[in-house]
Amino acid sequence: MSGIAEAGTKAASFRLWIGGAAGDGIAAAGQSYIKACARSGLQVYAYNSYESVIRGGHVLFMAEAGTQKPCLQSSSCDILIALNQETIDREGPRAGKGVLFNSDRLRVDSSRLQSGARALGLPCGQLAQNPLMQNSAALGAAAFLAGLDMDVLAELLRETFKKKTTAVIEGNILAARAGHGYAVAHFGDSAVPVSGDGKRRMVLSGNEAMAFGAVAAGCKFFSAYPMTPASSIMHWLAPRAAAYSMVFKQTEDEIAAINMAIGASVAGVRAMTATSGGGFALMTEGLGLSGMIEAPLVVVEVQRGGPSTGLPTRSEQGDLFQILGASQGDYPKIILAPTGVEDAFYTMGEAFNLAERFQLPVVVLSDLILAEHRETVDDLNAALPIDRGVWAQNSGSGQDGFKRYAVTSNGVSPRAAPGQAGFIHVAASDEHDEEGRLISDVHPDPAMRKAMMDKRMRKLDSAAEALRPEVLEGPADADLTLVSWGSSCGAARHVMRCLNEGRKTRVNFLPIRNLHPFRSEEVLAILKRAKRVMAIEENYTAQLCRLIRMETGFDIVRRWLKYDGDPFDPEASVRRAEEALHD
Amino acid sequence: MTSPSPAAVKAEDFRSETKPDWCPSCGNFGVLNAVEKACAALGLANKDVLCVSGIGCSSNLPGFLKAYGLHGIHGRALPLATGAKLANPALTVIAVGGDGDGYGIGMGHFIHAMRRNLNLTYLVMNNEIYGLTTGQASPTTMKGTMTKSTPEGCIENPINPIALALAAGASFVARAFCGDIAHMASLVTQAIEHKGFSLVDCLSPCVTFNKVNTYPWFRQRVYKLEDSGHDASNFSAAMTRAMESPGRFPIGVFYRSSGIRAYEDLDSTLSRGTTPAAAKLSLSGKASEAIKESFR
Repeated sequence: MSGIAEAGTKAASFRLWIGGAAGDGIAAAGQSYIKACARSGLQVYAYNSYESVIRGGHVLFMAEAGTQKPCLQSSSCDILIALNQETIDREGPRAGKGVLFNSDRLRVDSSRLQSGARALGLPCGQLAQNPLMQNSAALGAAAFLAGLDMDVLAELLRETFKKKTTAVIEGNILAARAGHGYAVAHFGDSAVPVSGDGKRRMVLSGNEAMAFGAVAAGCKFFSAYPMTPASSIMHWLAPRAAAYSMVFKQTEDEIAAINMAIGASVAGVRAMTATSGGGFALMTEGLGLSGMIEAPLVVVEVQRGGPSTGLPTRSEQGDLFQILGASQGDYPKIILAPTGVEDAFYTMGEAFNLAERFQLPVVVLSDLILAEHRETVDDLNAALPIDRGVWAQNSGSGQDGFKRYAVTSNGVSPRAAPGQAGFIHVAASDEHDEEGRLISDVHPDPAMRKAMMDKRMRKLDSAAEALRPEVLEGPADADLTLVSWGSSCGAARHVMRCLNEGRKTRVNFLPIRNLHPFRSEEVLAILKRAKRVMAIEENYTAQLCRLIRMETGFDIVRRWLKYDGDPFDPEASVRRAEEALHD
Repeated sequence: MTSPSPAAVKAEDFRSETKPDWCPSCGNFGVLNAVEKACAALGLANKDVLCVSGIGCSSNLPGFLKAYGLHGIHGRALPLATGAKLANPALTVIAVGGDGDGYGIGMGHFIHAMRRNLNLTYLVMNNEIYGLTTGQASPTTMKGTMTKSTPEGCIENPINPIALALAAGASFVARAFCGDIAHMASLVTQAIEHKGFSLVDCLSPCVTFNKVNTYPWFRQRVYKLEDSGHDASNFSAAMTRAMESPGRFPIGVFYRSSGIRAYEDLDSTLSRGTTPAAAKLSLSGKASEAIKESFR
């Protein structure tokens, strides 16, 4: 045994997978591990592939930690921690260095492993006082193999188990130290130590970034009905709402969720709801109400595989046209799709400002992979700018006649909320005049109807101007321009990084963050300059390509599409881009 | 802002300059009148009242009341009202609508709003017909009634809103009749005063599309609970009275519970006295640093 790898042989990254059954505590173990990496100055990307069962389904936690942040999950690992036989059989052949397993009750057939990979049996019965602590023993061993400081892991286990008894906390730490010690003594050849830069980073999921973003943006009302994969926004906000003067309301259905948020908005607070595609389908009429009465609203839609119940725990980007077409009639709305975890945080801040400045619904479109994968973020500036838009000032006359829907040059009319003296009005879902009086049935007024439609739709012109510009990433000139949105931006960035290695300028990348209104001229100018264009998205009908053609007339013919529910495979994505470079 | 004293406020102060577009002698005029009287009797300030509705003839009411209004979509008056009340508990929030809106398309929200017991007042103008859509059977249409959608007579049993409300845990349940506005105004006043969810089912004849459940028809069947020795604190007695219809229609307070705590007294944010609508938006540096540290 050679012990710890020699100086100068540090790897750029270490890929650890943990596999087992749902209920084996994989998510908690994985979270402790990646936090230990993030505290050790490493950059991390982790994705937990799970099935919608409480106990029993196959779960695979995939983490990569290194000096450069990975853009998506890896398709193979250095070390696999296998908590059951199924994991050894399914995932064992994908481990390059070895498989860590409890040798008291599992067996690894070394002939089925890659050459160079070892069966790393841990006698957990000796190492841990209690079979429940086997994960900690395995984590201790993994910490050694990754070159992590055991004390950092011990500190995290103490935090993870802080609500348990001292015996449980100390037992887990002892098991981890024993696992670490055992690995030092027996697994030195399999170590892939990486060293970080010393910066203590945050590690968070897209949903956590959005929930934090909502709090930092001053959201004071959140209503939602549980639906995977949006629910973890609720799980993060529910216990914290009171501390930030926010009311959280779990509702009887998604129809109630969106209407409660609209009611709260009318009462003058920043309000939000969150759901997935099926729940959003129920919200569509409410979205139109928000547009019609000009009540600012933020709706988070975290996509999963559709249609119908579809793939509840698998990712897809198949809801773009549902959002674009949601609700009857023409009305202004904004659709933003963050391109990563950090972007998800800042996009929430922008969404609340846009909703209030233009008094309309803003849909923030996410997807399961963006929502649930975790990655390191250096820092977030939580002092977000807050722009509440135009409000009726001073005390009004106290008489009827406040023009809540006054026709203005940019379509935005000063708002007022109940409790404000002098600005009494009705926010009406029927077509109405400037004062909010109905002109729908009894007193039809075609000229006023047209003026109101024009006023509302006009808001989109200034909203388009107010959106963050779309920016090309990578070299200004390249042989291939990738176009993508949402979590698929990870695959595009990975391809760009791989194909541009050695300072090459083969690939650049255009992430589309603003889906509606579409910054057509800007996007078209970039696409027209491109030599070859390929879109990467996770749906059957290339929905982003269809949108781009609709908005710009530009047809992206090279498409790398996926709709099997799994994330993009990094190597296959690179191969597809190589083909596009030579077709 | 201080509220004006009750004596200074008149019912007319709550009358909008927009004239109601209901058919002459529609029962809804009585409800509008009763709401104006109740708001005046309680000395409410117009600016602090929010009247929320769904869709239907009766849901046009907010447009005729001088108060803030939210005229929403069909069946969703209660979720809209709930959101507004949770965001600003200082408001007096009155939800209004018809039987189709509340007991039909909005039934799910109706049940949940009652078990939630938020301090809202809900007035349902029950005319036992869909009026705005010109006369189809509603959830409260009596069995056998012929309508445009039930040409051979309605074959479904009607909903009993009073019994449902009692079963769902509503803490104030009453019925009023548009033929007796003073009585209705007293019930609406008590409903608004009640801390918790209050339902007033308002028998409100549709003079155009319902030729069965007319003013004279109701007059022959209504009687006042308070004149008949009913004890509104007795749940079983309330349930017994609720089951009397459709043969007889008791009006008055069926049930009033002071033992069920209002939602806002239990909610973790509102029970601290927080008013979200008045809260500071941006996070303090200390709070944002604490969140960031939790992710490290």
